[in-house]
Parts: sequence; C-alpha cells; structure tokens
Amino acid sequence: MEELLRVEGLQKSFGKKQVLNGIDLTVYRGDIVCVIGPSGSGKSTFLRCLNCMEDPTGGKIWFDGEDLADMSVDINRHRQNMGMVFQHFNLFNNKTVLENIMLAPVYTRLHPPKGQPKPSRAQVKEEAREEALALLKRIGLEEKADVYPSTLSGGQKQRVAIVRALAMKPKLLLFDEPTSALDPEMVGEVLDLMRDLAKSITMIVVTHEMGFAREVSNRMLFIDEGRILEEGEPEEFFGNPKHPRLKDFLSKVL
Amino acid sequence: MSTKIDLFLNVFIDKGGYLKVLEGLRNTLVIAVLGLLIGVVIGTLIATVRVVPKYKRLPRVLNGFATFYVGFFRGTPMVVQLLLFYYVLLPILGVRLSGVTVSIWVFGLNSGAYISEIMRGGIQSVDPGQMEAGRAVGLSFATTMRMIVIPQAVKNILPTMGNEFIALIKETSVVSFVGASDLYVAFNYIGSNTYEFMVPYIVMAVIYIVMVVMITILIRLMERRFARSDR
Ligand SMILES: Nc1ncnc2c1ncn2[C@@H]1O[C@H](COP(=O)(O)OP(=O)(O)OP(=O)(O)O)[C@@H](O)[C@H]1O
Ligand SMILES: [Mg+2]
Repeated sequence: MEELLRVEGLQKSFGKKQVLNGIDLTVYRGDIVCVIGPSGSGKSTFLRCLNCMEDPTGGKIWFDGEDLADMSVDINRHRQNMGMVFQHFNLFNNKTVLENIMLAPVYTRLHPPKGQPKPSRAQVKEEAREEALALLKRIGLEEKADVYPSTLSGGQKQRVAIVRALAMKPKLLLFDEPTSALDPEMVGEVLDLMRDLAKSITMIVVTHEMGFAREVSNRMLFIDEGRILEEGEPEEFFGNPKHPRLKDFLSKVL
Repeated sequence: MSTKIDLFLNVFIDKGGYLKVLEGLRNTLVIAVLGLLIGVVIGTLIATVRVVPKYKRLPRVLNGFATFYVGFFRGTPMVVQLLLFYYVLLPILGVRLSGVTVSIWVFGLNSGAYISEIMRGGIQSVDPGQMEAGRAVGLSFATTMRMIVIPQAVKNILPTMGNEFIALIKETSVVSFVGASDLYVAFNYIGSNTYEFMVPYIVMAVIYIVMVVMITILIRLMERRFARSDR
C-alpha cells in the first residue's frame, strides 16, 4: 500500500485555545477516510490544517516527501495535489461555470516551476477547456458551462465545486461537510457523485451523513476535543463501538 | 441680460474664448481621468497591503507606510498638497514640470488615499470563501486577489468610485493655483475681458453639471454590465 499522507502529532491552537491535541493519521492511496464527531470538536480545523488553510502550531504533515507544516515549503504547489471541497461551495462568483473549472489548471500550466518550458497559451486553454467540458459532461451539466454560479441550485454548485477540485488532478481530496448546506432533496446527487469518485481517488470526508460514511469509507475516525478517540473499519466502528463517547455520539445521531 | 449674452458670445466666439474653454475642459478631464487611474492603481495596492495577513515583517512595514500615506493625503486639503508639490518638492528635487502634470500626479496620489479606503471596504465585503477557494486550488494570495477578489470588490464599489470621480472633476477647479488652466481660468478670462461675470459663470456651472450627469449615466451603464454575474 502506497502511503499518501502521514500526520504526526498535529496540534493547532487559536491563541490560548488548543483545538487539536496531537492527531496521528496515515492515509494510503485509495483510502476513503470519513471523519465524524460532535460540533466544535475540531473536524474542520483538522481538515484545514492538512492543506495549511490554517497553519498548524505543532506536529508534522508528510505529503509528497515534504513536511507541509514547515512554513518554508511551497504550499501552493502541494495544494494543487490536494483538492478541497467546502461546505458553502465557494465557486468563484465572477467566473462562469466553465471558467471556474478551467481557471486553476490554466493558470498553473501557464506558470510552470522555474526552468521548465512554458507551453503556448492557446494550447493550454484549449486543453483545459476540453477537460473542463468533459468533467461537466460527467456531472450532466454541460449546458451550464457558460452561466454564472448564482444561477445554479445548491446541488449543482457543489457538484461543480467538486469537479473544479478534480480538474487539478489531485492525489487527495478533502471534503468538509459537503452536503450540510444543501436542501435535503439535493443531498443525494452530491453523495452519488462522491460515491462514484471514491472508486478512483483518495478522500478524507468530514460528514454527518452516517449512511454514506458507513457504505463508502474503508476507515472511520471519531474526533472529540481535538483527539482521535476511535478509529476503525466501518463495520466494527458502527457495529461495535468501543469508546463511551462514540457510543453516546452514535446513539444520538443514528 | 441680452447685452450680457451678446458680450459673452462676442468674447466666447469672435475673440477665441471658446478655445480657452476647450483647453480648460480638456485639462479638467485629463487631470480627473488620469488622476483617477493613478488613484485606482495606488488605492488597490494600498488596500491589498492593508488586508494581507500581517505575521511577516514586510507586510507590517508596508502597512505602516500605507497608514502614513493615507493619513497625509486625507489629512490635508488638495490645494495644500498641490502647493507643496509645486513650490516645495519640485524645487528641492530640481525638477520642472507643468502645472497640469503636477496636478495629475497630486490628484492621483490624493485619490489613491481615498480609493484605498473604498477598495478596502470593497475587498472586505467579498465572501472570505472566495479567497479560500482560490488558495485551496493552489493559487497564491496575490493571484487570487487579482483574479477573484478584486474584480468582485470593484463591482461592489463601482457606485462609490463614480462619486470619487465626480469629486475629482469638481476639485480640478483648484489647479489654477499651480498655473494649470482649467474651466475656471477660461471663464475668468472671458469675464475679465468684458467686466461681465454673470453669463460666463452660469455657463461654467452648466458645463460642470452636464459633465457630472454624463458620468453618472456612464457609471449606470457599467454597473449594468457588471451585474451579469448576478443573474
Ligand atoms: N479561526 C478561529 N479562531 C478561533 N477559534 C476557532 C477558529 N476556528 C475554529 N475555532 C474553534 O475551534 C473549535 C473547533 O472548531 P471546528 O470548526 O474545527 O469544529 P468542527 O468539529 O468542524 O465543528 P462543526 O461540526 O460545527 O463544523 C471550536 O471551538 C471553534 O470555536
Ligand atoms: Mg466544521
């Protein structure tokens, strides 16, 4: 099994408030890790530390042979390999759906690392356009290519946000409660897409969708007060939880 | 009244007064437009400095400079700034510039200070999720700012920027202090040729009003264009 990400003793505090108290986790290629836990337990903070949207205050995050917690790494380059999907979609409001998907691939290909040849602008754009259209086709939204995000439904927005992240061809996708801001009738379409993706990409998903987590994940994490209190395969995790806090939590949400 | 109008028309047309008015009009527009452009560039840079995360040293130093800059240009009248530049700074530097050139720069520097505050408000009104999304796909702070946040901020502040432009147009009436001929100089010339100031000053006021109304219409049109992404 190829190791993709290794988190060692991750800590995060906001001022005096310690939110993450030493988290260890290794993620292998193909893993679908689902993270559950009570509100305020640090799930979002954990996920946001992984791609340094929040700077960790302690510990190490090994990815692609580098420690992302080290402030001197080129974090932008690593983020291209680690996509993120937000609760509130965060599509670029001033760009059309197609532009949303093409923007980062075009920009990063036109600005390769120093020393590498710079490709032609027209060619890069054409390629990115075709890839973006293929992605839109995959989610059945080709006809929305040229509209602005404000005209889409929540479910459509989130599916576009997911393929926007995919367009960078990341090794790992992070999801922070991707369906919690959706009307109930739209949750299904987003989960279906994620289920489909799970076959081909590694993901870490913070979610309240227990059914989805149980069905799709190969590993479950329960976080409370900034610690992983229980970790395991979904059958065992849901069927025979050990930690009293997890038992308590599951009895409330199931 | 009709003799007054005759007197005015005499100087305005037959004695070439209209040429002075056209020159004044051109100077007014050139100073306001170029001043606004310089102001937009400076204002955007300063606003960016203000919103950049401050845990490194360089942003803190730049921020200190920005605070001083904005404080100076908002804390003194435009006339004082024009006089300081024209009669103090240029002689010290040993540079000779025309009154119009100096006015363009002073208007640009001055409006940069005001626009930076407008722009900062505009940037802060953009959902922070937009910056996060840009950073999450691997774009730098500066790139996300330029491609995502600032275009949305500009859309939010367009009406206020229109007011700033109108204010600049009106304020050009002080550039005669540094020897630039604007509308005031032109109509004053006509007036002093006839010893009759009533008609010239009324016409001057009308020209200002017409300009302002036209600009207001222009901004409406731009807003409508920008509103596309709200549909
Ligand atoms: N930027 C911040 N500044 C200060 N405190 C913060 C910040 N972000 C999060 N926190 C605090 O950290 C704790 C964990 O927050 P976090 O958002 O990670 O929880 P969560 O598990 O994602 O909760 P939820 O299920 O409600 O999304 C909370 O107490 C929160 O108030
Ligand atoms: Mg959260």
